[in-house]
Amino acid sequence: MNQVYVARAKEVAARRVGGELMILSARDSKLFSLNETATLIWEGADGVTPLAEIVDQRICRGFEVDRAVAFRDAEEVVTGLVEHGILKVSNMPIEETQ
Amino acid sequence: MSTLLEEMSATALRLGIPLGVQLDLTYRCNERCVHCYLDHDDHGEMTTAEIKELLDQMAAAGVFFLTISGGEILMRRDFFEIVEHARALMFCVKLKTNAVMIHEAEADRIEALAPESVQISIYSHRPEVHDAITKLPGSLKKSLAGTRLLVERGVKVIFANVLMRDNFQDYSGVQALAAEVGARYTVDPTITPMLDGDRSILNLNIERAELEQVFRDSSLLGTSAEEFCAPPPGALAEADAMDTLPCSASHTFCYVSPYGDVYPCVQFPLPTGNVRTTRFIDIWKYSPQMNEVRSITVSDLPVCSTCSHSGGSCSRCPGLAYMEGNMRGPSSQDCEKSYARTGVVTAGMKARQGAKSSVGLVQIRGSSFVAQANLAQL
Repeated sequence: MNQVYVARAKEVAARRVGGELMILSARDSKLFSLNETATLIWEGADGVTPLAEIVDQRICRGFEVDRAVAFRDAEEVVTGLVEHGILKVSNMPIEETQ
Repeated sequence: MSTLLEEMSATALRLGIPLGVQLDLTYRCNERCVHCYLDHDDHGEMTTAEIKELLDQMAAAGVFFLTISGGEILMRRDFFEIVEHARALMFCVKLKTNAVMIHEAEADRIEALAPESVQISIYSHRPEVHDAITKLPGSLKKSLAGTRLLVERGVKVIFANVLMRDNFQDYSGVQALAAEVGARYTVDPTITPMLDGDRSILNLNIERAELEQVFRDSSLLGTSAEEFCAPPPGALAEADAMDTLPCSASHTFCYVSPYGDVYPCVQFPLPTGNVRTTRFIDIWKYSPQMNEVRSITVSDLPVCSTCSHSGGSCSRCPGLAYMEGNMRGPSSQDCEKSYARTGVVTAGMKARQGAKSSVGLVQIRGSSFVAQANLAQL
């Protein structure tokens, strides 16, 4: 299976407000609030760490969750964030990220 | 978006987070707009390093929405270095410019920085009117060229159309121009005093009848004219007045000048501290002036709390009230707006009328403004 790499889109702004990660996409000025899982993926999305490794390190280590289930959930989260222009996804490492 | 934004703002208010800041990089400008409230000399702007350090502090304090303005922001040679630093800190950046200095290279760099929007000042669709206001020949042509370069690159551009006597007739033309070039449009019918207190430019303000026209033009309103201009709902109930805040200044928003001075808002020049000597978060949290503004609710406004407009049809600016002499008093310009909008006289207008018809002391003291301001404190 090919590795999947995720990177934070350069068109977004982000800030934790009261413990909640808020993301604003400059593309359409839409504001998003990320849940805990999405926040962990966002924080790990440096473009060079494979998604599977992000799930292992940031989700499976911190929560009692089946790895296959966690990875499937993570893929769903990534799909949603990519649709909103918050994350970029590639089968190759993505060098440019903030 | 509005619900989530409201929730975020409520959280910031509850936790004392300065969610939004306007940072003016410079007061220098390549235009000399007749209505400008700034002195354009450089009295010792913050250095690049000082501004970057300030941005670091603001990010740590939780600032999310950063409006970068001036003066003309591109007059700073380090403009791009500063904005690149701000975007690396993940601020949501809004730029305010006249776009005169935006050419291909600048447009490319601005696109790469992904600002939330770029607001460009346009006063008329007619060069002779726009250029007479900016006092820079050819400025409309240059501003539109800069606009087109940004729009071509997918940058969201907003035309800010300040209305005054000389350009009031042209706002429909600016609206049409915005639509033609792919920009959004916003209108501001208020000329404000200069930051040093000089009120002479207020004579540029449009007449009441023109203000009434603006408030009834459905093309400018997000709602119907009937709804927007409906009679005021009445004064706030006492319990509500104790909970209702005048505006976001000092609560979730503040302003930083090119010299590092921190104020509750760009229109509220109450000195609260300077980031060259005190950390931003310490000014925000502990400045006595910031906390005084923060402590004021509508119930603390002796005149405005009794006004029938306080229930919703009032857009009172505490900064304008401060510049009239009392931050707890009415703002005569906002009273004018409420009246033009609804046809119902405000409590502030009644108080001023009472002051004018009272004693000759106003004339003896030689300043009706002083007398009005003092009476407003009652």
